[in-house]
Amino acid sequence: MQPTSTLTAPSEPPPPGTSSRSFTRAFRDLSTGFHHRELWLHLGWQDIKQRYRRSVLGPLWITISMGMMVTGLGVLYSQLLDSPLSLKLPHLAVGFIIWNFIRGCVTEGTEVFIANEGLMKQLPAPLSVHIFRLVWRQTLFFLHNLVIYFILLAIFWMPIDWSVITVLPATALIAVNGVWVALLFGVASTRFRDIPPVVESIMTMALFMSPITWGVFEITQKPNTAWRAIFADINPLSHYIAIFRDPLIGFDQHFYHWVVVLGLTVVGWALALVVLRNYRARVPYWV
Amino acid sequence: MVSIDVWNAAVDFPIFDAKSRSLKKAVLGKTGGKIGTESKVPIIEALHDINLSLSHGDRMALVGHNGAGKSTLLRLLAGIYEPTRGSARVEGKVAPVFDLGVGMDPEISGYENIIIRGLFLGMNRREMERRMDSIAEFTELGDYLSMPLRTYSTGMRVRLALGVVTSIDPEILVLDEGLGAVDADFLEKVRDRLKEMVQRSGILVFASHSDEFLLELCDTALWMHEGGIKEAGPLREVLTHYKGRDPFEHLSSEAHGEHEDSPATIGSEEA
Repeated sequence: MQPTSTLTAPSEPPPPGTSSRSFTRAFRDLSTGFHHRELWLHLGWQDIKQRYRRSVLGPLWITISMGMMVTGLGVLYSQLLDSPLSLKLPHLAVGFIIWNFIRGCVTEGTEVFIANEGLMKQLPAPLSVHIFRLVWRQTLFFLHNLVIYFILLAIFWMPIDWSVITVLPATALIAVNGVWVALLFGVASTRFRDIPPVVESIMTMALFMSPITWGVFEITQKPNTAWRAIFADINPLSHYIAIFRDPLIGFDQHFYHWVVVLGLTVVGWALALVVLRNYRARVPYWV
Repeated sequence: MVSIDVWNAAVDFPIFDAKSRSLKKAVLGKTGGKIGTESKVPIIEALHDINLSLSHGDRMALVGHNGAGKSTLLRLLAGIYEPTRGSARVEGKVAPVFDLGVGMDPEISGYENIIIRGLFLGMNRREMERRMDSIAEFTELGDYLSMPLRTYSTGMRVRLALGVVTSIDPEILVLDEGLGAVDADFLEKVRDRLKEMVQRSGILVFASHSDEFLLELCDTALWMHEGGIKEAGPLREVLTHYKGRDPFEHLSSEAHGEHEDSPATIGSEEA
């Protein structure tokens, strides 16, 4: 008889704050997720090792394939757009390096929970663990690709000065954006499975619409074509690319790129936090 | 303080088929005028009206037919699902063992898998490395631990998963059945280890169809039926009602003697 009492209803009423939908819980998810960094740092690195397991060159393939692509495209586009190779190749390569990171966070972000369904249903862990793992994995890819920049720097001696230092906060800011993007798209795609293919095709288009294979300096060089700069300015992605690329290749830096990126960061995070608050607890039901 | 409290909790699963899950329907559905305020997504009520309070020292068996909601309840108690209605509060470090294969990477070594699983359960790398020897000894996998997991048999994987989960001293241990693939000797070891653990750790919730196993590890039971709690109480009583006969009648001749020293396991003593 006595043991029965331990199983029946709790004696006290539910304490306040047990509701799943609160900003407290959303922030706790992010902070405990971040606190588990040993886990996601390990998993992210494991993901990369996994991909190149049993290959001789291993993760070096990341660098090699990117290097081959930018060399080929750089030579081609410097001819097509009449730019000197010493200007074109670094511009295109650095653009692709940061593009790869952005695209990785966005497209893999849409699959981040769907792909981890098994884990999410077996082991209780904050949602953000999967997000941090993804962004960390993309950061590792990015670092591998960054090697190409230093090779180009050794070859072409781009005119960089002390202002190159702004690339550090730029990279950090882009990574911070990667987190909200993966979070927002991850939750939305888990609920609506059409979002991943939609995002995928938008990103493919965005690759060509963004100033990566072409530069604003090229499309506006003919007389009366200055208005064409609008192709870059209305595209939010081009501002992210600009804050990273311009310092690295010695272009003039423009403050308005930073303003746009900071604005998008605030708006994006606000959106992601609202989504996390409202739908965090629903994600395990949806996957 | 280790505790699990559940107030009037319900778990509803929305069933999205390809159509209702698509954006097209969500977007066009609104512009097309009213479809009715009724939810368009069919819902399966997996659990309803769950009230439960577990505290330190509770060892609860979970019984019920297939589809009665046992696994869902275990996930609720592990904090994986948060209740759709009502509320739940889980305090303590939870170690769930559901599907033993998930979260294991076939391409990496058993050793690496142990580390990753431990990290998922809230340990850090150093703590896991310290436990490695005892896990290796317990699982009897020896040199196999440095082989990739794809070379393991099912039973060996089960050994590995149980080795990890029993090595980390969780405060709340949530076990689903699925220990079937291991041999009898190892099962004996697991049983001893679990018993020992249960004494130290706070709460055990164990879903199984094996009366013998339940008898040794649990003292109370919860009978789940169609998503609700049909009966809760001392293990023997609940099992007798569930099975329609006393499951320990014939068991007592061979097994009872050996448990004479621990009468708590048959639920005749207060917790």
